[in-house]
Amino acid sequence: MIAPLKDIIPAERARSTSFNEASARTRLELLLDAGSFVEFIGPEQREVSPHLRIFDLPEQFDDGIVVGHGRLDGSPVFVAAQEGRFMGGAFGEVHGAKLTGLLRAAREIGSIPVLILFDTGGVRLQEANAGELAIAEIMRAVMEARIAGAKVIGLIGGRSGCYGGGGLIAGCCSALAVSEPGRIAVSGPEVIETNRGVEEFDSRDRALVWRTMGGKHRRLLGAADVFADDTVQDFREAALELLSLVGPFGLDGLRAEQARLADRLRSFGGCEDAVDIWTAEGIAHAERVPELSADLFIALANRIGRTSRDAR
Amino acid sequence: MTLDDVLASLFPDGHDVRNDEGVVLGSAVLRSGTGMLVVGIADRTALGIDEAIRLSGYVLESVGRDTGPILVLVDSDSQRMSKRDELLGLNEFLAHLAKVLIHADMNGRATIGLLYGHSAAGALLATGLATRVLVGLPGADPAVMDLPSMAKVTKLSMEALEEKAKSTPVFAPGLSNLARMGAVHMTWSSAVSLAGQMEALLADMPAVQDKRDALGKERGGRVKAVDIAERVRDLALQTR
Repeated sequence: MIAPLKDIIPAERARSTSFNEASARTRLELLLDAGSFVEFIGPEQREVSPHLRIFDLPEQFDDGIVVGHGRLDGSPVFVAAQEGRFMGGAFGEVHGAKLTGLLRAAREIGSIPVLILFDTGGVRLQEANAGELAIAEIMRAVMEARIAGAKVIGLIGGRSGCYGGGGLIAGCCSALAVSEPGRIAVSGPEVIETNRGVEEFDSRDRALVWRTMGGKHRRLLGAADVFADDTVQDFREAALELLSLVGPFGLDGLRAEQARLADRLRSFGGCEDAVDIWTAEGIAHAERVPELSADLFIALANRIGRTSRDAR
Repeated sequence: MTLDDVLASLFPDGHDVRNDEGVVLGSAVLRSGTGMLVVGIADRTALGIDEAIRLSGYVLESVGRDTGPILVLVDSDSQRMSKRDELLGLNEFLAHLAKVLIHADMNGRATIGLLYGHSAAGALLATGLATRVLVGLPGADPAVMDLPSMAKVTKLSMEALEEKAKSTPVFAPGLSNLARMGAVHMTWSSAVSLAGQMEALLADMPAVQDKRDALGKERGGRVKAVDIAERVRDLALQTR
């Protein structure tokens, strides 16, 4: 007999729910300890974007981001989850300000970590100036929170990926977990193709997009320290793992990051394609990496993948 | 103003700032005797991984060795849009540059951005917008997003966009729009010495706290951001 849905315990639901396909609210509900999530400025307050009406575009009552607090394995955490299905999860004035406020509180408290569930195409075009500045303020607030001792963990596996200024914010985080569909980049495939031509980047070549910007490549490069299978439970476990790994932030970490990135440029600056990088890293049959199951890939990444631990 | 004009007006007694294929590195001493590290991106150069790593490395070498403020000169293109840059993790390189500047600013090396030409998108985030005070010079033409691209995405005509831009600073390019948002703190005059204006700024440097959202509200460009951020912060602090 099949159990009624409400009787399935949260961990089982989290294990059978695709992070990629879930909404921002479902991700948070299943990521955190059951029933622990409390939202700040929820949709009932209808704090919508003041700018979308200029373009006769529909507003959303939460402006595409859910922020609040909850518990993870009993410990308090602040959380922010972008909704990639509303305007591609893009940063606008209200959307960004919610995350900025959350990070500023984390800075003042110092001991409560922040989890950011990225799902964004970057700046919201219709309010580009406000969105760009919101991203600048968030980057500053992430660094201030980290300097004050708070850990800021990014979880990347949404449909809209983590593009534009979202990629820069991710680069400011203490650590990242990424799944295969979680792409991380600044310029999106279409943007590169539009500006530089299809010879530079064919945005319709999905395999090229995944191996250049996708989660597996980012994990092997060490941009992300944990690779998660695409379930909410895997991201929950990844967040717990990263929270236990992250050390304090300081100048040494920035110097180590300088060395890490300079070394990457020296080692792979001449590579034409991700497969060349993976081959140079000693992976036999590197062209088969995209086909590897999560388990096999994680075993490979644990053996060969680089790390940004204490170097970001 | 050109880079040479800017440098001559800022440092009339001379400087050792060099422009190497758009990457600006060097230092100078102000009339007051204050030494200043100078970095930047010139000639509307795209900011890619090769440029960003040199800039961050130069600032990091100075941290702990020198004292004094850090000037970031900005006349860039957007971030470099290429397969190679993205393949190697452009987001990390740009974030790293911003982090190095923010960290320096919070640790006794006040940062000042000087936007004298173009800039856009990720390049602006990693340079001017990662400084404590961003100054604009007349003639600077930043564009977070250019109108033709925006017309393509929004499916609106250029005329319709230009019409809408008259009623709001929130999306259209331009220095004055960014100033109304609170992104550009002040605009200097190019008719008088930049050295004097720099000395005046350094003598009255704002506190390290990020107040750009409050500035945006004061100037009517971002009416909601500061209040939303403050409310979330207050609610979050109550959870302690």
